Amino acid sequence: MKARSMNKFTDFRRFINRDNNIVQLLIITAVIFLAMSALEPHKFLRYYNFESISFIFPELGIVAIAMMLAMLTGGIDLSVIGIANLAGILAGVYFTRLYPAAPDAGMTAELLRVVAGVILALGVGLIAGTLNGLLIAKVKITPILATLGTGQIFTGFCMVLTGGPAIVGFPAWWGFIGNGKIFGIAVPLILFLAVAVAIAIMLTRTPFGLNLFLIGTNPRAAIFAGLRTDRMVLYSYMLSGTLAALAGIVLSGRTNAAKSDYGTSYLLQAVLISVLGGTNPAGGKGTVLGVSIAVIALMLLASGFQMMRFSNHLIDFIWGGFLLLVMVINVLRNRGK
Amino acid sequence: MTAVSKLLRRSEAAVLAILIVVMIVIGVINPAFWQADNLFNLLRANVVIGIMALSVLTVMISGGIDVSFPAFAVAAMYLTVIAMNAAGYQGVVLPFIGATLIGLVCGLANAFFIHTFRMIPLIVTLGSASVVRGLLLGLVGTSIINIDRMPPSLIAFGSSTVDIGGSKLSLMLFIYIGIALLMWLFLTRTMAGRAVFAYGDDAESAKRVGFNTRRTVYLVYGLAGALAGFAGLLHSSMIWLANPRDFVGYELDVIAAVVLGGASIFGGRGSVFGTILGVFMLTLIKNSLIIMHIDNTWQGVVVGCVIVIATALTAWRDRKALV
Repeated sequence: MKARSMNKFTDFRRFINRDNNIVQLLIITAVIFLAMSALEPHKFLRYYNFESISFIFPELGIVAIAMMLAMLTGGIDLSVIGIANLAGILAGVYFTRLYPAAPDAGMTAELLRVVAGVILALGVGLIAGTLNGLLIAKVKITPILATLGTGQIFTGFCMVLTGGPAIVGFPAWWGFIGNGKIFGIAVPLILFLAVAVAIAIMLTRTPFGLNLFLIGTNPRAAIFAGLRTDRMVLYSYMLSGTLAALAGIVLSGRTNAAKSDYGTSYLLQAVLISVLGGTNPAGGKGTVLGVSIAVIALMLLASGFQMMRFSNHLIDFIWGGFLLLVMVINVLRNRGK
Repeated sequence: MTAVSKLLRRSEAAVLAILIVVMIVIGVINPAFWQADNLFNLLRANVVIGIMALSVLTVMISGGIDVSFPAFAVAAMYLTVIAMNAAGYQGVVLPFIGATLIGLVCGLANAFFIHTFRMIPLIVTLGSASVVRGLLLGLVGTSIINIDRMPPSLIAFGSSTVDIGGSKLSLMLFIYIGIALLMWLFLTRTMAGRAVFAYGDDAESAKRVGFNTRRTVYLVYGLAGALAGFAGLLHSSMIWLANPRDFVGYELDVIAAVVLGGASIFGGRGSVFGTILGVFMLTLIKNSLIIMHIDNTWQGVVVGCVIVIATALTAWRDRKALV
C-alpha cells in the first residue's frame, strides 16, 4: 500500500519534471484566461466568444504543428503560408474556372466536386512539401534558405494564378469545412483534434517519430546509428506541406475566398506558437500537446486584446514581444539546470 | 596560371560570368536594354537594396541571419521624416545621422538578445521585426507621408543626379559605392572585420584565440541596424514619400542577393564584391521581366527560382562542410 502510493508520487514527480513545460504553459494559459475574464467579463466570458475562437484557431494550430514537424529535425518551414494559399487558390481555380458547378447538380455531385477539390489541394501540399524535402535532404540546402525560396515560388504562383485579387465563389460544401458544425462542434476544431491526435501518436508511438527526435538531437549520431536520415527528413517536410495545405483548405473555407497574401502574419505566429509550445528550434524537442495549449493561450490573448480595442498592429507587437520573452524564459530555465 | 585558375574558382567569377550571359540574353531579346537611361535606372535600383545587402552580408559572415532590417529601416525612415516635419527642419546630414542611430539602437537590441541569451538569430529577428513594426503602426501612425508633406531638402537630396551623355545618373549610386568601399576595408583590413569571419567560421575557436565575441556580435548586429536605418531614409528621399508599411518582403530579396553573391549561411564566407554582383543580378532579373515581355506577376516565381538555384549551387560548393 505504501509502496504503491510512493510509486504514484514518483510518477507524479516524473510527470512534473518531464512536462515542466506543459505545466508552465497551463499556468500561462490560466493567467491569460483569468486576466481577460477580469478585464472584460461581459464580452470575454460569453459562449459566443469561445465558439468563434473554436472556428478561428484550428487553421493557425495546424500550421503551427506543421512548423513543429520541421523544427523537430532542426529545420524550419518558412513556406507553410505559401503552400496554404497555393492550395486554397488552386482549389478555387478548379471550382470557378476548370469545373464550375453544373446548374442542375445534385447534392452528391456537389459533394464529389468538393472531395475532388480537397484531394487536389492536399495533393498540392504534398508535392510542395516533397519539393522542400528533396531540396533540404538531397540537395542539402539549409532549410531556412530552401523554404524561403520555395515560399517565394509558391506565393509567386498564387500571384500568377489570381493576378492579385482574391478568388471567391467556393461551393457550399467547401464552406462547410471552414464554417460548419457537427453535433454543435465546429468542423475546423474537429479537423484540428484529428490532426493533433494523429501527429501525436505518430511522433510518440511510431519508429518514424522516434527517428525525427533522434535526428534532431544529433544528426551525426543518427547517421552513424544507421538511420535513413535523408528519407526521414523528406517525409517530415512532405507531412508539413500536406498539413499546411489542410490549413489552407480550412482558411479558404472559413473566409470563402483565397488570396495570395492571406495569413502572412501567420508565419511569425506559427513560429511563436511552436517555440512557446516547447519546441526547440535547434531540433530534438517538441510535443503536439504543448503546441496545442500554446495556440489556445495565444488565441485567448488575441481575442481579449481585440475586445479591449487594441489595434491589430499592437497585437503584432505583443506577439513579437511574447516570442522574445518566452525564449528568454526558456533559456534562463535551462541555464538553472 | 595559378592566379588565373584561383580567380576562376572564386564564386564571384561564376556570378560575374552568369551576369554577363544574362545581360547579353536580355539585350538580344530587347536591344532597348542597352540604352543608357535603362542602365542608369537599373543602377539606381541597386542603391537601397545594395546597402541593405551589405548589412545582411556582415550578419551572414558572422554565421547569423537577420530578417528584422526591413522593419528597422521603415521605423528609422518614418520616425525621422515625422520628426523633421514636426520641427520644420530642413537639412540632410542630421536626419541621416538620426535614422542611422535609430537603426543602430534596434540592431543593438538584437545583439543583446542573441548574445546574452544565446538565442537563434532567426527567431530573435523575427520577433524584433514584429515588435518594431507593431509599435510603429500601432502607436506612431499608419498614414503615408506623400510628396506634398515630404521635407523638400530630402527630396532635393534624393533626386540629385549627374549628367552623363544626356542621361541622368543618380548621385545616390556613389553613396552606395562609398559605403561598399568602407565595408570592404572594414571586413578585409581591420582586426574587427577579421573577427567577424573568425566568429562566423567557428565561434568557439575565435573565442579561444582571443577574439572578443561579445564585441563582435554587438558590432555585427549594430552595424546591420545602422545601415538599415540609413538605407531606409535614403529610400524615402529617392521615392519622395514615407510609407510606414514599406519594405514588406525585402528580407527575401536581400537575403537572396547576398546568397547569390556567394556568401555562406553557415558563416565565415562572403565578400563585398560578390554581394554587389548578387544585388545587381537580382535587380537585373526583377527589372528586366517587362523588357523581356514577361508579365510582372511572374516576378515572385522567377525570384524564388533564382534563390533556390543559387542556394543549391552554394550547397553543392559547400557540400564537404556538411555531414
